[in-house]
Amino acid sequence: MTWRIDWRASFGVLGTILTYLALTMLVPLMVSVVYMEDIWVFILSIIITVFIGLGLKRLDPDPDLGPQEALLLVSLAWIAAPIVGTIPFLLAGIGTDSTIGLQTGSFNALTTSVVNALFESTSGFTTTGATVLGDISLEQHSHAVLMWRQLTQWLGGMGIIVLMIAILPEVAVNGAELMRSEAPGPELQKLTPKIAETARALWIIYFGFTVLLVVILYGLHVAGLALGIELAPNMNLYNAVAHAFTTLPTGGFSPKADSIAAFSAIVQWVIIPFMVIAGVNFALFWHVIRGEAELLYKNSEFRTYAGLLAALFAVLAFLLFGGAVPKTDPGGVTNGATENALRQAAFQIGSLMNSTGYATADFAEWAEGGTEAQFVLLFAMFVGGSAGSTGGGVKVIRWLVVMKAIRRELYTSARPDVVQPVRLGGDVVDEDAIRGILVFTLLYLALFLFAAVFIMLDSARIGVNLTVLESVSASLATIGNIGPGFGKLGPFGNYLFFSDASKLLMVGLMWFGRLEIVPVLSLFVVGVSDSS
Amino acid sequence: MDIVIIGAGEVGTAIAEDLAPSHDVTIVDKDPDRAEDLKYQLDVLTMSGDGTSMQTLQTAETEDADLFIACTDDDRANLIACGTAKTLGSPFTIARTKSNEYLKTWEQNRSAFGVDFMVCSDVLTAEDIVRVIGLPEAIDIDPFAGGIVQMAEFEICEESPITGQTIAKADRFESLTFAGLFRGDNILIPSGETRIKAGDRAVVIGSPESVQSFAMDLASDKTPGSADEIVIVGGSDIGYHAARLLEERGLEPTLIEEDKDRARHLAEELPETLVMQHDPADTEFLMREHIDEADVLLAAIDADERDLLVAVLAKRLGVDRVVATVDNLQYVDLFEEIGIDVAINPREVTAEEIIRFSFESVAENLSVLEHDQAEVLEFELDADSELDETPIRELDAEISFPFVIGAVTRNNRLIPPRGETKLREGDHIVVFVETEYVSDLTCLA
Repeated sequence: MTWRIDWRASFGVLGTILTYLALTMLVPLMVSVVYMEDIWVFILSIIITVFIGLGLKRLDPDPDLGPQEALLLVSLAWIAAPIVGTIPFLLAGIGTDSTIGLQTGSFNALTTSVVNALFESTSGFTTTGATVLGDISLEQHSHAVLMWRQLTQWLGGMGIIVLMIAILPEVAVNGAELMRSEAPGPELQKLTPKIAETARALWIIYFGFTVLLVVILYGLHVAGLALGIELAPNMNLYNAVAHAFTTLPTGGFSPKADSIAAFSAIVQWVIIPFMVIAGVNFALFWHVIRGEAELLYKNSEFRTYAGLLAALFAVLAFLLFGGAVPKTDPGGVTNGATENALRQAAFQIGSLMNSTGYATADFAEWAEGGTEAQFVLLFAMFVGGSAGSTGGGVKVIRWLVVMKAIRRELYTSARPDVVQPVRLGGDVVDEDAIRGILVFTLLYLALFLFAAVFIMLDSARIGVNLTVLESVSASLATIGNIGPGFGKLGPFGNYLFFSDASKLLMVGLMWFGRLEIVPVLSLFVVGVSDSS
Repeated sequence: MDIVIIGAGEVGTAIAEDLAPSHDVTIVDKDPDRAEDLKYQLDVLTMSGDGTSMQTLQTAETEDADLFIACTDDDRANLIACGTAKTLGSPFTIARTKSNEYLKTWEQNRSAFGVDFMVCSDVLTAEDIVRVIGLPEAIDIDPFAGGIVQMAEFEICEESPITGQTIAKADRFESLTFAGLFRGDNILIPSGETRIKAGDRAVVIGSPESVQSFAMDLASDKTPGSADEIVIVGGSDIGYHAARLLEERGLEPTLIEEDKDRARHLAEELPETLVMQHDPADTEFLMREHIDEADVLLAAIDADERDLLVAVLAKRLGVDRVVATVDNLQYVDLFEEIGIDVAINPREVTAEEIIRFSFESVAENLSVLEHDQAEVLEFELDADSELDETPIRELDAEISFPFVIGAVTRNNRLIPPRGETKLREGDHIVVFVETEYVSDLTCLA
């Protein structure tokens, strides 16, 4: 029996998905109408996207997805969505000096601009938040284009496929297989017997939290105006929506060059708990809503996640209060300043551990007073969010299993006859699952290291000398869907200076980091070994 | 009473043997030869046939039976038999099961499967084992009066501090009664002057605390209850339940199982137990794991020969106390002769529990001692009992056969029986009596 895959079916469903994805561009279109900018860009983008979608649909009008076709579809969807996502960027940038706009001056300029747009769009859909925008400002880009950039993160956070399963019956047929491939973490938790209902429940919770954040942020703004005090002077409705769109998916994009540092302290405090929420398994909230709140604190992953957050926060707050970092701008003085030290520590840990990537202090500058505070952040970046959250990274549950498996190996090497299953909160973890998690974690680390070396060498080739911390953080920030790194890649820097080759590698890393699909890689492996 | 018993295996036979003298018993077994044999062995009616078929049960006149006992080796057959019996008439049904699963279901709803009382042999045996492990030196322990009273049988060895003492001297505990002594094949009803000899087996009845304290006196070098090093060899269902019950008591036993998949399964089910997968008869392994330092070793392998081998090995390595499960009733004595401290036969335990329940009309609870030489019974005194309103001293003189009142409970409180204690209506009494006088005693109550 030979291994074959009905790729037409996958492309057929992909066509449907793209057609509906075009509808999401109605949101920036509305923004463009309100601000009377770039209206034609979004109308044209919608037409092009629908056209591509309908074209692909013709490949297989009546697609029948098997498990392998489902896997292929998920990987394709996550390539196609960022590609389609570049259309508004490229169109809107024609004739401007936008770094992601289509440049037709020379072949080099053309490819670089396309790669840049793809990088930005992938960074959006994968909720990474790394940017190649040279100038993040409303002078350079329209409100609508920047809103589209925010929206890509919101769509990618809970997952485009999950969204499509929730609304499209034809995708829901093989939904469980699709969702398993897209959901972050080692396994899929079905909340209801019907997968479409599970998908809907997750999206509704996600949507609910987003609306809640918009209401609080804009409420502060309005309340501040009404009372005549400076509560949240910059948080107008546009900014409130834009930032809610990138907080819940642990994205990190901001239409402000200064990220969250552009807003008042109270806005920063409000955003912290929402970043923390975004790193929690959304299935747990579903249980909480149904009155099973005890499942939340009984969940061993949640407890570890909360414990690690608290521990890292305490260490960083102690370092900042003790004066480990100099005065930064933005960020201010933390030495001996209680509120600011607590806020900067909580915000940076909350942002980096679960891979959001917002910043309220330029931690790239923290190295000047000694690198210990930066290393706390680096450690946090390795942890990641929880399975079933919108966060990136290796995920807390994998580290838990890896640690427990290592402890078990050490114990049984001394007493080989002891039979000791690995347990998570009382439940036994299947040996196959442990092997899968170990392989994934190892693959993740291997890719991360390989990419760090590649980025360093490739940058040296084009005459940019990176420090070890810079190249390591470039690799980690993209594979972990985090966004900002250290040095030149700091929260207020960008990824513009990398070569096209490095940028394309990072696009691949972001894709792998978001989808975590070992099975997709296995599709390639099986395909290659069969054809040879 | 008319009693129908389905299954003439060891359990069924033991029950029939006990009930036949005073009741009308019909036994049904699938095997015609077996049924035929039993007809001559016991004074019962036997039939061959499938106990789950309506026709067979009708022939056995189940519709008129008062008590229906299904005790074949097949769990499901027992459940179906009880259900069928309930559709024919309204006997009180007792089912024997091995699997804990059906017991759990039945405990959720006490009328499930048409079963009125369910006896789970594996759980029962494990409970028995855990009680024995909890009391060092005890051979047999049973709870009475809802746990307020405990009966325990102890073997008195040469080094025991009470060897050579009189009963009056040895019985230092307020709420403890020396009910009987087994010396060789004889039963002694002890008086204050009776001297305790090495090799005697003493039966005491009293509050659980006093029984525990007495056990501590017997084995002063051990701290009882803290049998912290408990090793279970063999992951049979009994071994599993014993480990589970020990875990419930906050202990962390070690369990050795040879089969890889079974060991893995047990390790998953028993989070507090250290499960090891190895050949338990490998002395090198036992030495490496310091099995000799164990306080108690339970041999619970399904095969008796392997069980015996492991138990003897453990004894030789120096384990303080070895308890073994023995499937074959005939080997129980052999095990104890070789030096295994306690040999427990699951079928005996099951039969005992079912008999205990069958006596419900008069006696509420019962323990069978020394292969049914003597019994300990519990019953409630009713208004027309001949024992009411008479001091115990006078009862002793009045009644012709020997018996000992070990404990009296009134309104769920233990009253230590003394010569002047008067019994009242509603009292529960726990009595030690030779088996041949059991029916005489129940007539008085």
